[in-house]
Amino acid sequence: MSSIPLSAQFINLFAAIILLLAFAMLAQRRVLQLIDLFALQGATLFLSTLTVALTTGQAHLYGSAALTLVLKAILLPWILHRLVRKLNIKGEVEPLINIPTTMLVGLVLVIIAFNVALPISQLAHTITRGTLGIALAVVMLAFLMMITRRKAITQVVGFLSMENGLFLAATSATYGMPMVVELGIALDVLVGAIILGVFFFQIRDQFDSLDIHHMEKLKDS
Amino acid sequence: MDLFTLMLLIPLVSGALLTVVGERAWAPNLNIVASLGTFLAAALLTVEIVANGPRFAFGEQFFIDSLNVFFVALTAFVGLTTSIFSSPYMKNEREHGRLSAGRLRLYKSMYQLFMFTMLAALTTNNLGILWVAMEAATLTTVLLVSLYRTPASLEAAWKYFILCGVGIAQALFGTILLYFAAERVLGETGNALLWTHLVEVKGSLEPTIMALSFIFLLVGYGTKVGLAPLHNWLPDAHAEGPTPVSAVLSGLLLNVALYAILRCKVLADGAIHSDFAGNLMMGFGLFTLLVAAFFLSRQRDIKRMFAYSSIEHMGLITFAFGMGGAVANFAGLLHMTMHSLTKSAIFFAVGHATQKIGTQQMDDIRGLMRVNPLIGWGLMLGTLAILGMPPFGVFASEFMILTHAMKHHPWATPVLLLALGVAFAAIFGKVQPMVFGETEAKRLPHAPAITPVFLHLGIVLMLGLWIPPYLTHWFHEAARMLGTP
Repeated sequence: MSSIPLSAQFINLFAAIILLLAFAMLAQRRVLQLIDLFALQGATLFLSTLTVALTTGQAHLYGSAALTLVLKAILLPWILHRLVRKLNIKGEVEPLINIPTTMLVGLVLVIIAFNVALPISQLAHTITRGTLGIALAVVMLAFLMMITRRKAITQVVGFLSMENGLFLAATSATYGMPMVVELGIALDVLVGAIILGVFFFQIRDQFDSLDIHHMEKLKDS
Repeated sequence: MDLFTLMLLIPLVSGALLTVVGERAWAPNLNIVASLGTFLAAALLTVEIVANGPRFAFGEQFFIDSLNVFFVALTAFVGLTTSIFSSPYMKNEREHGRLSAGRLRLYKSMYQLFMFTMLAALTTNNLGILWVAMEAATLTTVLLVSLYRTPASLEAAWKYFILCGVGIAQALFGTILLYFAAERVLGETGNALLWTHLVEVKGSLEPTIMALSFIFLLVGYGTKVGLAPLHNWLPDAHAEGPTPVSAVLSGLLLNVALYAILRCKVLADGAIHSDFAGNLMMGFGLFTLLVAAFFLSRQRDIKRMFAYSSIEHMGLITFAFGMGGAVANFAGLLHMTMHSLTKSAIFFAVGHATQKIGTQQMDDIRGLMRVNPLIGWGLMLGTLAILGMPPFGVFASEFMILTHAMKHHPWATPVLLLALGVAFAAIFGKVQPMVFGETEAKRLPHAPAITPVFLHLGIVLMLGLWIPPYLTHWFHEAARMLGTP
């Protein structure tokens, strides 16, 4: 078997850590710890992007890495932390999730994701081709988290974690999209998070809670 | 400054300006003037493109050809008429105490920024920027849907944000896969997401990746088009947001999302060498059409009902483009135009009607003909037009789609006829008692803007009777752009 270059091993390791963190987030009931896990995922994403940048020497990937560090590992978690403190929901836990079942469903999703990505990975010539399956798995796990959670803020963390998976696909598996696109995506994510922050306050004012159970009035009669 | 830059700059600058001066008494006029400026720039640009052929702007990042210039002109036109309609409408909402001055400022500024994002999405050559613009369009409209800040509108906006956010994330994954495929052919340059470069090499793109990529793109952008089963956000957003927003959502945003799918379909068709993409679109289209038709009869809220009607028509258009070929593409483009104009006209009439009566519940709306004959006639004629009655233009495009389906996909004909029949019975049966019958409603402080309603319906009527030759040529050109599988 031909030896895999060290950098590729590192990228695969980081991708695996991101996947593990996605599972950890799926199982985490406490809001603050969930945000910390999200920040950790962002930091790992930064390391993986940096490794790709160092290996390939593509200038714009350094930009992507810096963007990831600032946005995903620092700015967004900070905004979320502030929101949680301002909304006074620090100690909140989500009682109604069955963690073992969710984990099992998550496992099935990962297997599906790897199967879907398999034909593509075989075609890739980049050193990091295995990460595409992992990226898809992270996206699907985040999606599962959005479905199973009932709190507005955890749904948003799920949404942002999904973006992490997409960033992983874009930077590690394909060596990055053109810089202008990445900047635009980052801007959209930031604006989206801010708008959602504004939303939280409105939702709490109207419903006295951030539980989206209250928001199931609109139905087809 | 050239026309293209001007067309994008006007909504962007006026959007920023309106965040500052949006509370002034003349701000609605500024909104109209800005929309007029955008429309004039778009119209002149259209003339230029028709005369000189396609062109690029800002390097190769933006480009305009005969396909998107048609959407640009339509978007700018409906944007203008909606701004005219919204001026008295929003003033009335203010008088009724439903909106504060600050909200009106937010509305106007977001309206202009929304126009900017849609025009950017339509004219960009870069599929990544297309995604960014679509996401930005979602973000601006989320704020518009929750404008009233009622529990119901917040719920609608939240649902809209989460569903479209997830959808658009799928589309991003599709775009990444597309880049993955393109990079193998075009190399790691910035050109690998430029549509004009991609279309030249579409035959050599890896089919497996392209098929997967198209599925993600169709599901992702399809969420925004309102394709079933991901259509749930659409009726809520239409019913709970202000009516001008419903008009531009139905009339424009759905079109732009469908346009994004069409661009990707051209690439997928070229790469896959089979009807895979077309069949997928036909399936989704038919399913959407059926679901929407059967939900129509269960609606009690007038804006919800017409939102379902939009879903129904989007299903029909998706089906038409799925069939492919010159005739079906032509019919699809024509139907998109007709639907945009008619549905926004209906929402204008509905907006004034609900404002007059004070409710959106159809059981409580009666006797529009007595309250204001013009609104009554506007709603009646608009409804007849959207239901595909001759001599309106919707009839022509629906007829073309049906005959083409009969010829090439006869199995689909009963489904189409059934859905259209059910939709007809549901909508007509509900609109008829609203228009005729007895009522006692009071006058509105600001006279409604009726001109846009009849302007739209007049164009739809004219296009039903006679399509000017240059327009036919233009539609043919655009249909040719979409290619034949």
